[in-house]
Amino acid sequence: MNSPLELNDPVLEISGLSVDYGFGPDAVHAVADASLTLRSGEVLGLAGESGSGKSTLAYAVTRLLRDPGVITGGSAVFHGRDGAQDLFDLDAEEMRELRWSQISVVFQSAMNSLNPVFTIGVQLTDVLRAHRKDMGRAERKQRAAELLDMVGITADRLRSYPHELSGGMRQRVMIAMALALEPRVLIMDEPTTALDVVTQREILQELGELRERLGFAVLFITHDLSLLVELADSIAVMYAGRIVEHAPAEQLFRNPRHPYTEGLLGSFPALHGERRAMTGIPGSPPDLRSLPPGCPFHVRCGYAMDACSTDVPELLPIHWEPTEPRRAACLLHTDGFEAPESLKKTAEIGSTL
Amino acid sequence: MTENPEIPVLEAKNLVKHFPVRRGWAIRGAYVHAVEDIDMALHSGKVTAVVGESGSGKSTLARLLAQRTSLTGGELLWNGGPAPKGGRAYSSEVQLVLQDPFASLNPVHGLRYILGRPLKIHGTADGKSTDEAIKALLERVALTPSEQFIEKMPHELSGGQRQRVAIARALAVRPKVLLADEPVSMLDVSIRLGVLNLLADLRDRERLAILYVTHDLASARYLADTITVMYAGRVVESGPAVTVADSPQHPYTQLLLSAVPDPDRDGAPRLTGAGSPPSLIHPPAGCRFHPRCPFAMAKCKVQTPPAITVGDAHTSACWLHESAQTTPAADTTGAA
Repeated sequence: MNSPLELNDPVLEISGLSVDYGFGPDAVHAVADASLTLRSGEVLGLAGESGSGKSTLAYAVTRLLRDPGVITGGSAVFHGRDGAQDLFDLDAEEMRELRWSQISVVFQSAMNSLNPVFTIGVQLTDVLRAHRKDMGRAERKQRAAELLDMVGITADRLRSYPHELSGGMRQRVMIAMALALEPRVLIMDEPTTALDVVTQREILQELGELRERLGFAVLFITHDLSLLVELADSIAVMYAGRIVEHAPAEQLFRNPRHPYTEGLLGSFPALHGERRAMTGIPGSPPDLRSLPPGCPFHVRCGYAMDACSTDVPELLPIHWEPTEPRRAACLLHTDGFEAPESLKKTAEIGSTL
Repeated sequence: MTENPEIPVLEAKNLVKHFPVRRGWAIRGAYVHAVEDIDMALHSGKVTAVVGESGSGKSTLARLLAQRTSLTGGELLWNGGPAPKGGRAYSSEVQLVLQDPFASLNPVHGLRYILGRPLKIHGTADGKSTDEAIKALLERVALTPSEQFIEKMPHELSGGQRQRVAIARALAVRPKVLLADEPVSMLDVSIRLGVLNLLADLRDRERLAILYVTHDLASARYLADTITVMYAGRVVESGPAVTVADSPQHPYTQLLLSAVPDPDRDGAPRLTGAGSPPSLIHPPAGCRFHPRCPFAMAKCKVQTPPAITVGDAHTSACWLHESAQTTPAADTTGAA
C-alpha cells in the first residue's frame, strides 16, 4: 500500500520548531528552534530529562498540544502517501485523517489509555471502523486478531477487558493499535518506562522485529540514554527545550561532543568493570521560567567560558570534523575555540552494532 | 556505645507477610503472599541493596523492617536482642525514606517546620537551638547555603533537593539504620548520582547501616556492598555486590541481567527465560521461578530450594547448585 520509499529518505522533517506554553512575557519556551529529520526505517532516539521539551515536541508534531501550548514557529514536513505536506498547514479534519493512519503515537501512560469498560477487541476494531470504512465486521475482527498475534498475544484475548491484562500486555495492545493502519511513522513517548526490565526488553525486541518487517520509522522518546544507545540508529539529546547534540547512536555514546551529553553518559553507573566514584552533573535541572542567558547549560557546565553566558550556541556541524554526520550546539566546537580533549575523542566504532 | 561489627544492627529472621484479599466486606480466606521467609542482616557502615521487579516484595520488606506494617511471621533483632515493638523507641533508630519526594513532603510547611518536627519530638537538637540543628542537618545533605534553604518551601526545590530534605528529615533523629525505598527512581538522571553519593557518604562517614531498595541493578552495583535479589516474595540470590552483578548464579538474576540496557554489550541481548512474575495469591509450588526457568527440573516444582552457598558470602536459592557448583549459563554477557 505504501508508495515505494527508499531507505534513508526523510519521512518527517522538523525544522525550527518552537513551542511556548502561554503568551507574552510570561510564556515558557518549552521547545526552542528544534530541527530533526526522521528517515524511513530509522529509529531516532530523543533523550532528555524531565522538562527538556521532548514530549512537547512529540505533541506539537502530532498537533495534539493542549492549551496553553502554542506552536510559535517552524515546520514539520511529512512525506506521506500523498506527497509532502507541512503538518502545521493542515486543518483539523485533514490532520485527523492523517493521524493514526500515517503517523501514530504511543504515549507515556499508554497502558492506562485503554478504555476500562470495553474489551480489547472492541477497541482494536474501533480504529479500523473509523479509518477503514470499506472493511466488513468479520474482516475487522480478523485483522484485530492478526494485530494481537503480531505483538505476541493470542487472539482469545480479544474478549478480555484491559484490567485482565498485565501492564506489559496492555502496552503491547497499544503498540498493536498504533500499527493497525500501517503508519509510516510511529512516535513512542517513554513506552516502556513503567514496565519491568524483562518486559521492556521483550517489547523492544518485538518492536525491532516489527520494524524490520513493516518498515516504519520510529521516534523513540526516553530519559534512558543507555537504552537508546542499544536501540536507536541516531540519537538527539535535548536540554532546556533545545537539541544540544545529534549524532549516530554509537558515535554519541563513545565520543560525545556536547558537555551535557558527556555528563549524562557519566550519570549511568556501569554494569561491568572497576567500581569507581562518579559525579553526575552538578547543579539542578533548568527551570524553564527563568533560564540563564546564553547557553542554558553553562551554569552546570565544567567547560563554560565567558562567551557561554552571552551567546546561545546553534546546532552546527563540528568545526574540526565537518564531514562527520553529527551536530552539536556548543561554542567549544565552533571556529576560534579549542575543545578540551575529553570532548574530542575519536574512538573506533565497533562493527557489532 | 560499643558495637560489635560481627553482630548486625538490624537483623530479620524468617520474615513473612501475607496480605488478606478482600472482596466487598468479606475476607475470602485468600492471601497475597508478599514476603515469604526472608532473612536479612544490616551491618553498620554497609549498604545492602535489595533488587527486584515490581511486585517482588522489596518495598514490603522495607516497610516490615521499618515496622510500618505488622509481621505475619518471623522476628526482628536489634543488636542481637529482640527489637523494640514499634513506636518512638524503634523509629529513633530505624528511619524510612520513601520513593516520591514530591509526595512525602507536606507542601504547606517550610523546611524549618519539616525538619524541626523530628528534632523536637525526639529531642535530638542536642542543646543547640533548633535552627542551628536544622542548618547542621541541611549541611549534612549538602543543601548549602543552609541559612537560605531553611526558609524555603518544598515547591521551591527540585526533585533531587527534595529527596535530600527527606533524607535530612530521617537523619534528624540520628538513626542507626536508614531504609531507602527507591530513593532515586523519581529523580532526573543527572542528579541521581548526587543522591547515591550522599548515601555512600553517610555510610562511610557516619557508619549508617543502609538498605537500598531498587529495581536498577547497575545503581545497586555502584552503591551497595551486598546485593540481595528478590523474586515473587523470596530471596533468590545474595552476595557481594560486584560478584552478584558480574557472575550471577541464580537463573532469575541471569535473566534480569540479560534484560538490563547495557551499551557495552556486544550485539543483541539473549533473554534467558521469558514470561512475567506469577500471581502471589496462588504462587507456584516449589521454586517460584520454575514456570519461567529454562533449567527447571522435576524437583523445582515440588520443593522450595534453600539458600545454597555458591561462593564467599554468596548464596543462591536454586536446586542446580545442589550437584554442580555453577549453573549451565553463568555467562550472561550475551556474547555469541
